[in-house]
Amino acid sequence: MDLQALREKLGYHSAALGVIALGASVTLAFADLGTHKGIEEAEKRDLQQSLAQVLPEGFADNDLLKDKVVIKDAKGEDVQVFRARLKGEAKGAVFQQANRGYADDVVVLMGVDVSGKLLGVRVIKHRETPGLGDKIEIAKTDWILGFNGKSLGDPPVEKFGVKKDGGIFDQFAGATITPRAVVKSVREGLQFYAAHKDEILAAAGEEKKVAHEQSGPHQDPAKKDI
Amino acid sequence: MSYSKIAKDGLWEQNVVFSQLLGMCPTLAVTTSGTNGLGMGLATTAVLAVANMLVSSVRMYVTPQVRIPVYIVLIATLVTVVDLTLNAYLHDLYKVLGMYIALIVANCSVLGRAEAFAAREPVLPSGWDGLFMGLGFTIALTLIGLIREFLGAGTLFSQASLLLGSHFHFMEITAIPNYGGFLMMILPPGGFLVLGCLLAAKRVYQVKTGQQVTESAGHALA
Repeated sequence: MDLQALREKLGYHSAALGVIALGASVTLAFADLGTHKGIEEAEKRDLQQSLAQVLPEGFADNDLLKDKVVIKDAKGEDVQVFRARLKGEAKGAVFQQANRGYADDVVVLMGVDVSGKLLGVRVIKHRETPGLGDKIEIAKTDWILGFNGKSLGDPPVEKFGVKKDGGIFDQFAGATITPRAVVKSVREGLQFYAAHKDEILAAAGEEKKVAHEQSGPHQDPAKKDI
Repeated sequence: MSYSKIAKDGLWEQNVVFSQLLGMCPTLAVTTSGTNGLGMGLATTAVLAVANMLVSSVRMYVTPQVRIPVYIVLIATLVTVVDLTLNAYLHDLYKVLGMYIALIVANCSVLGRAEAFAAREPVLPSGWDGLFMGLGFTIALTLIGLIREFLGAGTLFSQASLLLGSHFHFMEITAIPNYGGFLMMILPPGGFLVLGCLLAAKRVYQVKTGQQVTESAGHALA
């Protein structure tokens, strides 16, 4: 049967649409499979670079990506907390917080010292409007540096907002929602750190112990082999 | 239809922005600087060319009744694949272009060209048409972006090196030093104003030079 005659049949329309949709789904599945690892690695590289950015140079000498603990925040979500240490002594922590901006979640990474003072904040992932909301990026403006040195009492919690909400942080002309999301994340992050400070700092010692115990059995068989 | 006619249509006669008035969402939203316009234009050009070729290659098998969903599925799949691939393998470029790419799905000029050209013509002319429609779009967006940026912030192509690489630092020009800025041009009304003035200018030019004024081919689609 030639194509022209086939096209006249009622079932042809749905079959054609079905085949195209199936093809598209398969393509997307393979594209996802093929790029999943690359995207994960690229985001990990980004995270590593950002980790270095939110801590002053020479602040820590450990590999932060390996020294982490997972704690539930007030919203019930798991937060990965990376601990910064200098010569084994806990110096601070780095973790992510996210709140919905204009288009999607705006993910910020923040570094705090032991007392809860902000060392640095960076936006690591967002989909805000180019030219308006993207001023939260360090590459576009230095707005994000305004958080350096701030802590939960300075400014007081009710002032920890954008100016439109009675706070001390600037919003951008044409974009209030984006900076509001960032400021909210930073505030919640500081509250999270304050609430879990002991856990974060104590866990630093514990995991060291755990790591030590884990390395114990690993060494034993090796010794037996010898 | 000859290739040179297709190219001329894309760049001038049937320009996506200035004649068809399609793709207004990215045209008005993204053109706050020349760099943004250029980035969005180039990304859209790539999608337009490939989408046109895809649609053209399946045109024999798609019946008029189901053509719109088929085109939309094809275009959305293409954009998603481009998005994922750039994210995985050209991550630095993706960090600059990434936010534009998702916006391309919402650009009705892609669907418009599929419907108006690629559904009727062979694969190569369709790709050619997509390329030149895209270039016309790029020129329009860059032009609007530059005018808004110049009036609004006093710079030209600021941050172009982020998009094109560090070799392009020379493009970044501060046209008016110590310019306080004219915020309205950066905000949405600036986009409408600049677009309106350019549309009027094109029409005046065409009338003065005795060219036939192209009626908006996009009315039926928009």
